[in-house]
Amino acid sequence: MSSPDLDVAYVARLARLDLSAEETALFQKQLAQVLEHAVRLREVNLEGIEAAAHAWPIFDVLREDEIRPGLTQEEALRNAPRTAQDLFIVPKVVE
Amino acid sequence: MIPSELPGLTITELQKLLRAREVSPREVLLALQERIETVDPQIDAYLSRDLDAALAAADAVDVSLPLGGIPIAVKDAISVRDQPCTCASKILRNYRALFDATAIAKLRAAGAILFGKTNLDEFAMGSSTENSSIKSTRNPWDPGRVPGGSSGGSAAAVAADEAIASLGSDTGGSIRQPASLCGVVGLKPTYGRVSRYGLVAFASSLEQIGPLTKTVQDTALLLSAMAGVDPHDSTSLAAPVPDYGAGLEKDLRGVRLGLPREYLSDGIDPAVRSALQAAVAQFSSLGAEIIEVSLPHTSYSIDTYYIIATAEASANLARFDGVRYGYRAENPQSMLDHYSRTRAEGFGAEVKRRIILGTYVLSSGYYDAYYLRAQKTRTLIRQDFSHAFAQVDALLSPTAPEPAFKIGERLADPLRMYLADIFTTAASLAGICAISIPCGFAKTSEGTELPLGLQIMGKALEEARILQIAHAFEQSTEWHRRRPAL
Repeated sequence: MSSPDLDVAYVARLARLDLSAEETALFQKQLAQVLEHAVRLREVNLEGIEAAAHAWPIFDVLREDEIRPGLTQEEALRNAPRTAQDLFIVPKVVE
Repeated sequence: MIPSELPGLTITELQKLLRAREVSPREVLLALQERIETVDPQIDAYLSRDLDAALAAADAVDVSLPLGGIPIAVKDAISVRDQPCTCASKILRNYRALFDATAIAKLRAAGAILFGKTNLDEFAMGSSTENSSIKSTRNPWDPGRVPGGSSGGSAAAVAADEAIASLGSDTGGSIRQPASLCGVVGLKPTYGRVSRYGLVAFASSLEQIGPLTKTVQDTALLLSAMAGVDPHDSTSLAAPVPDYGAGLEKDLRGVRLGLPREYLSDGIDPAVRSALQAAVAQFSSLGAEIIEVSLPHTSYSIDTYYIIATAEASANLARFDGVRYGYRAENPQSMLDHYSRTRAEGFGAEVKRRIILGTYVLSSGYYDAYYLRAQKTRTLIRQDFSHAFAQVDALLSPTAPEPAFKIGERLADPLRMYLADIFTTAASLAGICAISIPCGFAKTSEGTELPLGLQIMGKALEEARILQIAHAFEQSTEWHRRRPAL
């Protein structure tokens, strides 16, 4: 759990963030401090303790499987940066 | 009543005038607009307003409804149909909401007028509203200082009488801390009490929409209108919604209030400490019994919170891909280049930092050491509260360790900024309800007075109880009546 393990440049690639060299160096330093502060979590005795994924243990909330109104095609496309012929336009992904 | 006095009123006061037809909803909106035009150049609380739509709604509203004709300002991370919802981010700069958040739909049904969106830290990530990509909001008590965050625009608007009341969202203190720094009332409801549908997701297991108001009674009114189960949010709770305003006048005899000793650590400002001590004495004189309690895992809550919140943020913010909505980088060389530059150019520094931290704590090899460990510590923090609530009805603490700090002071030091949430994150992790109310002032070396907040934490779904306790304190003190000179 030692902070030098954090390689900001590598994690930024995983997170699809094209960071500049300056940002990479700055975040490396700042996040190392945050992780060093978090080292104290190692002191906590967690033996036999279950993980809490939520504030409340709520399970299996189901609803009727029925048709409900949703966004129209025009609404779904309204905020898109590029559209044509009622479609989202994206960069070419196959050669 | 002269129009310039209308923006200074509470919801309850305004309701009486509206129902007696002494003023019309249109007159209220126009008076508010006038106030905003005069004051907001100094404060910068608002990001957008839609007066025409609001006036049309005001002219058609039934003032006998629970919130009939009352204008409510909304944090710009909550969807209001056809209005911008920027989250103060470049990546959503041109985005307009396609639907109403459930909380907004409920307020609309109760007669509220949704007229404007307020500033925040980008995607609600921050404690000062300086992380907004659009502008910094200033504290109405001292324009050189921050209003707190992330709901800083909503808190400053209420404090500056630029809003009758507002909505914020609270993930680790984002309603309570700015309420404390601006001298207003702010409630984080129990997790699941108010639907999250239509709140742009940052940390889904933590966040809640809640009110910021001038009085506890106004908070009770807004919560009564917004709370309840929602088929669009499977984490919303089915528990019945009481009339939160009904039991406010009950006295405090026999009420047991806990004082967690871990919240009085060395790091807190002397003015904050003495305001808390005075509040404790006030509660004793009102008939409450004060009991010292222990929440032994308190010191781990900040680290636990920042691991869990950033992990959830890294997953939630993956949706910003520049395809279906939002900003898109020009001339991509490949799909990967499209994603990476869209996100690098669209997100600000704090959002990038949190995505990286969150991605790291979830990544293979570190998941157990950080994320799983934090989730288990979260269980212990929850258990601390269950044990304490076996002895007491509610817990008292400062809301923030210090009054408003200066603009720019902490921007380069994220860890120091994170520590502003030291007293608020534990209640978020435990999912319980908590309110911040004005409890005093601190005098700066320059002679300015800055408001301080008292946090009252209650058991899950016991909002009625903490509102009753908060109301009794408020009605026996004068702190909430003070207004900044603007």
